[in-house]
Amino acid sequence: MIRSRSLIAAIALATLAGCSSEVLAPSGDVAAKLRDVLGITTALILVIVLPVMVAIVAIAIRYRKSDQSEAKYDPHFHHSTSLELLIWAAPLVIIIWLGALTWVSTHKLDPYRPLDEETRGVEADAEPLVVEVVAMDWKWLFFYPQYGIATVNELAAPLDRPIAFKLTSTEVMNAFYVPTLAGMIYTMPGMETKLHAVINEPGEFKGMSSHYSGAGFSGMKFPFYGLEQEGFDAWVAKVRDSGQTLDRERYRELLKPSENEPAAYFALGDEALYHDILNRCVEPGQTCMDAMMTDGAGAHGMDPGMDNGEGGPDMGEGGADMGEGGAAGETGSHEGHDAMPTAMPSDEDSARAKPSGPALTNQYAFLSQN
Amino acid sequence: MAITGQEIESSFLFGRLTLDKFPLDVPIVVGTFAVVAVGGAALVAVVTYFRLWGYLWRDWLTSVDHKKIGIMYMILGMVMFLRGFADAIMMRLQQVWAFNGSEGYLNAHHYDQIFTAHGTIMIFFVAMPFITGLMNFVVPLQIGARDVSFPFLNNFSFWMTVGGAVLVMISLFVGEFAMTGWLAFPPLSGIVASPTEGVDYYIWGLQIAGVGTTLSGINLLVTILKMRCPGMTLMRMPVFTWTALCTNVLIVATFPVLTATLVLLALDRYLGMNFFTNDLGGNPMLYVNLIWIWGHPEVYILVLPAFGIFSEVTATFCGKRLFGYNSMVYATICITILSYLVWLHHFFTMGSGPSVNSFFGIATMIISIPTGAKVFNWLFTMYRGRIRFELPMMWTVAFMLTFCIGGMTGVMLAVPPADFVLHNSLFLVAHFHNVIIGGVVYGVFAGINYWWPKAFGFRLNEFWGRVSFWCWVVGFWVAFMPLYIVGLMGVTRRLRTFDDPSLQVYFAIAALGALLIAAGIGAMLMQFYVSIRDRDQLRDTTGDIWGGRTLEWSTSSPPPDYNFAVTPVVYDVDAWQDMKEHGYQRPLSDFKPIHMPRNTGAGIILAGISTALGFALVWHIWWLAAVSFLALILGAILHTFNYNRDFHIPAATVTATEDARSRALGQAGQTA
Amino acid sequence: MSTPIITEPTDPRVFHPEEEPHHPEGHSTPLGFWIYLMSDCLIFATLFGTFAVLGQRYGGGPGPKELFDLWLIALNTAMLLFSSITYGFAMLAMHRGDQKEVMKWLGITAGFGLAFLAIELYEFNHLIHIGAGPGRSAFLSAFFTLVGTHGLHVTFGLIWMAALVLQVRKHGLTSANQRRLECLSMFWHFLDVIWIGVFTFVYLMGMI
Repeated sequence: MIRSRSLIAAIALATLAGCSSEVLAPSGDVAAKLRDVLGITTALILVIVLPVMVAIVAIAIRYRKSDQSEAKYDPHFHHSTSLELLIWAAPLVIIIWLGALTWVSTHKLDPYRPLDEETRGVEADAEPLVVEVVAMDWKWLFFYPQYGIATVNELAAPLDRPIAFKLTSTEVMNAFYVPTLAGMIYTMPGMETKLHAVINEPGEFKGMSSHYSGAGFSGMKFPFYGLEQEGFDAWVAKVRDSGQTLDRERYRELLKPSENEPAAYFALGDEALYHDILNRCVEPGQTCMDAMMTDGAGAHGMDPGMDNGEGGPDMGEGGADMGEGGAAGETGSHEGHDAMPTAMPSDEDSARAKPSGPALTNQYAFLSQN
Repeated sequence: MAITGQEIESSFLFGRLTLDKFPLDVPIVVGTFAVVAVGGAALVAVVTYFRLWGYLWRDWLTSVDHKKIGIMYMILGMVMFLRGFADAIMMRLQQVWAFNGSEGYLNAHHYDQIFTAHGTIMIFFVAMPFITGLMNFVVPLQIGARDVSFPFLNNFSFWMTVGGAVLVMISLFVGEFAMTGWLAFPPLSGIVASPTEGVDYYIWGLQIAGVGTTLSGINLLVTILKMRCPGMTLMRMPVFTWTALCTNVLIVATFPVLTATLVLLALDRYLGMNFFTNDLGGNPMLYVNLIWIWGHPEVYILVLPAFGIFSEVTATFCGKRLFGYNSMVYATICITILSYLVWLHHFFTMGSGPSVNSFFGIATMIISIPTGAKVFNWLFTMYRGRIRFELPMMWTVAFMLTFCIGGMTGVMLAVPPADFVLHNSLFLVAHFHNVIIGGVVYGVFAGINYWWPKAFGFRLNEFWGRVSFWCWVVGFWVAFMPLYIVGLMGVTRRLRTFDDPSLQVYFAIAALGALLIAAGIGAMLMQFYVSIRDRDQLRDTTGDIWGGRTLEWSTSSPPPDYNFAVTPVVYDVDAWQDMKEHGYQRPLSDFKPIHMPRNTGAGIILAGISTALGFALVWHIWWLAAVSFLALILGAILHTFNYNRDFHIPAATVTATEDARSRALGQAGQTA
Repeated sequence: MSTPIITEPTDPRVFHPEEEPHHPEGHSTPLGFWIYLMSDCLIFATLFGTFAVLGQRYGGGPGPKELFDLWLIALNTAMLLFSSITYGFAMLAMHRGDQKEVMKWLGITAGFGLAFLAIELYEFNHLIHIGAGPGRSAFLSAFFTLVGTHGLHVTFGLIWMAALVLQVRKHGLTSANQRRLECLSMFWHFLDVIWIGVFTFVYLMGMI
């Protein structure tokens, strides 16, 4: 149903067709499907909102006091069971419709769901391009583990190949957003979120942080290039041959807050870097969070935020007052996938976990300063 | 881990407060300070010259009269509104300026404070005081009561709200405000990323005001439950009182969550705890959940009473009983309950699972059903009515049209896949301004125009009211339509500079809209001024200027201190209309002494001490914090030793007041 | 379409009561205080929720089994439960109008309350001393905050009790003072209920 390039949606969005909008005219199929959901939703609501608005104006004019001659004045018309049933039922019908659309589209367009061949241009057995994304103060760092390269503030992908983003952040929250590609997804320190997307048409597109993250936030922009395979290969070669290598020392330099950072290319000199950023153990002596988990919480089973079992939409039942406990866990739990947002890196990552460092307490000393 | 907490200088006497914390190098702030200082000095001079200090203290600042407290809340809201709007204008100006490589005129340090302050002030110190003020003034009158259940607490709540506002205003001139956005999400608001006093101003400003809000919520809730006059069953309460009841239930049930959440954030910042930090097990997403568990109901706390105002106004100016009173009440209750179950829709993009997202998305849409029912109820009240387009009714119709669009964009955002592209965009910003301006602000303006004659005994000037109305309504669309459009083009919120020159025209239009709104505000202030100047021509002696339907219109305008000389008995919804239809006769004699609460200065003093405590905590001035905390405890205990809290208005005074009203009514009868 | 409901009253309507409804000072205080307690309960609910989320995030630090001494906590719990009982005796005495007896039981209640606080402070001090302070991990932050908030409430309850003792001594068991004693009674029992939650969810379930 989402695939149907609905005529209604097109009409609803026609008013904005003139604008060069990467949201409404995206070049990636995931974003296009999101756009379609937006269009259908708008059309569905307009079915009820437009008549109501017309009725408000019409009734306001017809029954105004200066126009007494025609309009009927009936001060006792204040109850009508059938009418009241209707005014509850009409929105209900729309909402049932919209609710079904929501349920289906939310599951189909879940950013954690790997793309299947229903996606335009994607072949069934295509190996996705993995991009590991780190939001920093205030720039984006992209790892291409399959190619052994990394970039700052520049992103590229070959056409029609699924892209699997894994995202995290160094210190504060951001949101990764390439409107032409897919919806936005938050990046959070010590946690990993995921996003699947594909680019179908070549070009240069906008990428940005869409969640405010401090002074340099406005400059957290990067170009995203959709390239033909040859072009992408050339781009990878250009990045790899840039003469710069990203190792921990270079990473520490990057960590210093900076604004409006130009694009930079690196050959990746440290395979474990992304894992250690995610697990907050880049500096020697720090214990990786995945290692900490198995040490500390092992006896007690899983972290509540990771508990997949409790999930499900029925959590509101407990009453809002006591619901908080479930809530945060809820966001973390993600049935069917890795329990990511709150969660720790997945299994293959933990294999690379570094052994615990000795100085457990010292490194956090600054946190306890008054 | 890269950024370590900065070492901040601290002295015993002044804590972290040093001379360079006064932004003397920022012309805008210095200029503002000069204006505020001159204005304040002029005010003090006038009050002193006319020897009004005693009057102010006795009759207003220490008053426990719910009407006066309500009016003071409205004044607070108005003053803070001007501040919040000044922030808005500055943002609009920056965003239209900062194109083509220009940095605009605000650096990040200022711009980020401004949008944080704008959001914080508009919600906590504009919308909340406006709504609380109207509820305070109107609810006891509507239920035939002489005051609220806890009059002293009412006064204290008000001054606590003022205390919070004062603290936030101080941050303009001493140090800086938070640069985190109005909900101060950690880790950005944590001690590592925000080591300075800005977030502390935010925390303590909100905590102090929050105490006031919670207490005022308890107070009004108990008032509605216990103080209704004979015959006023729950299902005979005016709709505004119903919405006030639901709003206060929400306040009591959600503000504690905000209080606790901000305490946790403060503990992270002050004592190095790890609730929302990145390390040692802290979880920033917990904060995001908790703050929205408060934050989403907060939206309904604001908008429900506005719905109540529109209901009263529609019934009155259509000359008809509200269509579907029962379904209106049930819709209100539905919204109250549902508002708890939707908080996660504020962060669909945080990576929750599709089932969780769908649940919260659908729950959000379900709210539109009772809301839609309300719109239909107003519509059918107008249907076969005789609509008088006085100012309150104009605001109501404008609301209905505006709110349809705001509701529609709200449902769009409730669909998670659509939200993935619209979240954090200017579309979202346009949406919530659409519902808050179109809903809450228009509701407050309708309420001001509607109840002003009740509060002061004269109506507001019609001409300036209409000018203001049209400037606002047109200005709103001009200001926010472009934001909807650029939001759909993928422009996100809180940006200080822009690359794409083709966007500039939209921001120029939005800035124009903001200027139109500024004109609307100017016209409204003009309306107040002209009305006060011409109050004798605008005088209403009947007490029932609009042909009202609820009990507040049965007493004089302004109502006497005791509201009702004799408590009314209610037989129907729209009690006053019912009384008029059944040939009600005002009692003219046999008045009895009336039991009333006594004014007290304890509220303003305790709130003043709380504000000092907040200031001390912001700046880490520990001796002042200790002293003021002890003073607060001691003051509260001392207050409980005061057993002399009430008095009786003698029957003779009541008789004299009521006789005066009889004469006024007689004159009104002759001229009419 | 319209179904007008016009119910003419059979009698002529009387729009004013013969007797003014009397709202004596403090008549809605119990309800108001009850609602306040419910809002306070939500603060605790938030803290409990926080503890539920963070309670097993030890950050590489110690967990409950290494930290808690269940016998000490059981003793502590007993102190608070006894204080609730003795407060109950004070209320019984109040209803009999026996001021001396009220003072006696209030004194005993305060004693138990102080003992509770002393044990709690001892525990906190011990934990901080062995390096398990509130900043050590999210679990400990949540623990100290939940238990400490309860302890603060007990402290304020004791201050309030002291003030009430003075007031009863000065004015006797007037209706205002009786009302205050009743409010404090609700507050005190409320803290008991909260503590049972703390004992169960924090200590007992932590030890499992």
